[in-house]
Amino acid sequence: MSATEEKTAYVGSPVKRREDQTLLTGRGTYVDNMAPVGTLSMVVVRSPYAHARVKSISLDAARTADGVVAVFSAADLQDDWKAAMPCAWPVTEDMKNPPHYPLTDVARYQGDGVAVVLADTRAHAKDAAELVEVDWEPLDAVVDVATALEDGTPLAHPDLGTNECYVWRLDTDATGQAIDEAEVVVTRRYYQPRLIPNAIEPRAVLAVPGAAGEVTLYAATQIPHILRLLVAATLGMSEAKLRVVAPDVGGGFGSKLDVYAEDLLAVALARRLGRPVKWTEERSENYVATIHGRDFVTEYTLAATKDGTITHCRAKVTAAMGAYLQLVTPGIPLLGAWIYAGPYAIPNYSVEFTGVFTNTTPTDAYRGAGRPEATYVIERTMDALAEELGMDRVELRRKNFIKEFPATIGSGLTIDSGDYVASLDKLLEHLDLDALRTEQAKRRENGGPRQLGIGFSTYNEMCGLAPSRILGAIRYAAGGWEQATIRYLPTGSVQVITGTSPHGQGHETSWAQIVADQLGCDIDAVEVLHGDTSVSHAGLDTYGSRSLPVGGVALCYAADKVIDKARQIVAHQLEVSADDLDYANGTFTVKGSPDKEMTVAAAAWAAFAAHDLPDGMEPGLEATATYDPPNFSWPGGAHAAVVEVDTETGDARLVRYVAIDDVGTVVNPLIVDGQVHGGITQGISTALYEEGTYDETGSLLTANLVTYLVPSAAELPSFELDRTESRSPTNPLGVKGVGETGTIAAAPAVINAVLDAVSHLGVKDIQMPATPERVWRAIQEAKA
Amino acid sequence: MRHVALTVNGTRHELDLEPRELLVYVLRERLGLTGTNVGCDTSSCGACTVLLGGESVKSCTLLGVQADGAEITTIEGLAGDGELHPVQRAFHENHALQCGFCTPGMVMAAVSLIEHGEATDEAAIRLGLEGNLCRCTGYHNIVLAVQQAAGVMERAS
Repeated sequence: MSATEEKTAYVGSPVKRREDQTLLTGRGTYVDNMAPVGTLSMVVVRSPYAHARVKSISLDAARTADGVVAVFSAADLQDDWKAAMPCAWPVTEDMKNPPHYPLTDVARYQGDGVAVVLADTRAHAKDAAELVEVDWEPLDAVVDVATALEDGTPLAHPDLGTNECYVWRLDTDATGQAIDEAEVVVTRRYYQPRLIPNAIEPRAVLAVPGAAGEVTLYAATQIPHILRLLVAATLGMSEAKLRVVAPDVGGGFGSKLDVYAEDLLAVALARRLGRPVKWTEERSENYVATIHGRDFVTEYTLAATKDGTITHCRAKVTAAMGAYLQLVTPGIPLLGAWIYAGPYAIPNYSVEFTGVFTNTTPTDAYRGAGRPEATYVIERTMDALAEELGMDRVELRRKNFIKEFPATIGSGLTIDSGDYVASLDKLLEHLDLDALRTEQAKRRENGGPRQLGIGFSTYNEMCGLAPSRILGAIRYAAGGWEQATIRYLPTGSVQVITGTSPHGQGHETSWAQIVADQLGCDIDAVEVLHGDTSVSHAGLDTYGSRSLPVGGVALCYAADKVIDKARQIVAHQLEVSADDLDYANGTFTVKGSPDKEMTVAAAAWAAFAAHDLPDGMEPGLEATATYDPPNFSWPGGAHAAVVEVDTETGDARLVRYVAIDDVGTVVNPLIVDGQVHGGITQGISTALYEEGTYDETGSLLTANLVTYLVPSAAELPSFELDRTESRSPTNPLGVKGVGETGTIAAAPAVINAVLDAVSHLGVKDIQMPATPERVWRAIQEAKA
Repeated sequence: MRHVALTVNGTRHELDLEPRELLVYVLRERLGLTGTNVGCDTSSCGACTVLLGGESVKSCTLLGVQADGAEITTIEGLAGDGELHPVQRAFHENHALQCGFCTPGMVMAAVSLIEHGEATDEAAIRLGLEGNLCRCTGYHNIVLAVQQAAGVMERAS
């Protein structure tokens, strides 16, 4: 019997999470739980106006209030900043990037900071913040992305002379045929509401200064490594003097993938005052001070032959940047730029993005970032095209699927693997479409108020950010590699150090599964360390569904190096050639002499003792690998939503949601399903509930959890999930990303279902979110 | 300042509180019980849910002085003798938590729901947890966990 048969693989097993014990017993290490002796509480005084000049500011009353240690205005701190707040993605050479500092004397959005108060307690700091007197001169504000470029619209940055930030294009002209000459052309215009991420843990930072100019920054962040680099650069301090720790982090969804004013203020003021400085965001503050997502207007065109062969796609997008460019704000549309043909073989490809400034909270990455925006317009327009052609919606999709892989797509990238037909077939198996159609027909005939609709979304996406050379070619400032270290301790336990930075994704468990399989050891022997730049020296953190397809794969290459070194040690000790050793599941055996064997763990002890190593070999058994992926990761799948719409009230409720996803090899099905559940929920919520709205002056109307509907369990059904599995040939694990698939796929499935429920009443379009009011109005207008 | 006495997780505390101090900050900052989290300022998210006299309450909606004389259980007081409470165990077994920030409140709300006999089916559980928001799990596994824990607790009682 071979070693392979003796041991069950951890990869693929629903291993329960090792993270849970701490979190379930209330011992999480979230930043706000920490309070070193002498910590000062920081409160930021924010602009109530979307666009206003500070004519004068008086800090005197605040400075003399109880418990107050210091109060600063923008002018007081201007010399602390060696650079403006960072934007890492200048998408075009001439992109406009107006400088933005942690405090300002011209507010460009509601929530822009103008002063900061430090006091001994949170209550004293808040009391004193109310004593800061600002004499404001309100200025005209631009709020609406759709009209921001029209003549006469107020300018977010009058110095620029325009609200245009950049224009970026990607065109192919594969067949030379103009889009307007196609037999059937369907163009639709869509608005994708501004979304407010709402990680349940608001942001928080704690900066603890040392005696020699060093600072430890504890931050509720997804990106400890990037944050260290950019905080140090912005403050002009040595990176070596800054340690960033991401302890337990309570969700991110992109909103903690940024360098924020409060990060910089906390570090600068901790150094200045020589005391720990802590800032914890309040939820209402989070609504204005943490990035938003989406806020795109898109005109999308599909052109086809009369038999339903799609020949062209074209997207013209106007994307709100908000008031300033945050870390990757201008790049968000580009993250979808190559997938505006979806999973379909469409030769002629054209996208154009126009970024515009508005006097609103900056936008940036929110779960899916650029790809939900693409998938939404594609899948809505696929339904519209099917109607125009008189074709079945499912068959139009099937007919146009990319069917052979690897596939070089119209936008120029190559999809490594997939099987969209298999996902769709499996979806239809689960759905029982005939029964649903029969029920729908019955209800339509009865004419009652509860109508049924079925909506589809077949999708693919590109994630796993990302090949560094491609990032360089599209002007992103950094690379997309990830690093892993595997270190044997003398007793045979294994330390794994990863550059990824989980905040709910369960890397401690999944990474242990991968490494235990590679090294053939017990999973409990593997400890996974992350989220502290003094432990994990190099990494590029967690976002863009990159952790597994980049960081997880790096573990395999580190394990290969460990095994290679162990092989040399074992060969030396057993006095055989390294080529004569077979390796499986943690044990080397000598070819032809299966009784002669030695484990990797035994080699680790030999490497530690170092009594008898090959000449010139360094003691110790550890290795570091840095993996730069050669391609993006390409998940895909087929989703369907079944909704019931009350035609009298406009209330749309999900009855069923069926999701078939293909994310390559599954490391931990429990965790993968959890990611899909959460992702789908955010997509459903986009379709039915969430919308950040401003009034015409730029005051946020949906400024807390009372007025912005984050759904509870009561709004949602249980989900029906299944998978198909096309291994990625790009990496040795065969894995793909999974963190964003649900959010990318779900919104169009739900809206298509709502429209399907009321199409017989003449309704052609409903803007997201399909609130009862919008659905009811659409029905009334169709009747009129 | 008002002098109050609270019993938290079986330990009696006498404290002088400012009348404006919210119970959640008394627990977190005075007593160091940081398991109870603050997720909002509008009593919407439920992250701060604790049991007060056996009833689930959002500890951000109560002043510390209002809890004078009360018996309070927080997430730290739920597991006994190193054994997870059936609700905690069910959350672990069903992967009903990801980032864990809503989890203490969600678990306390679920304990209350089950103890009141209101976790009768999926619809009742979903409605019963309406005051607790989770942004990671989509609630699917939370509902499964509460169903499982309700069964275990019913058999035990």
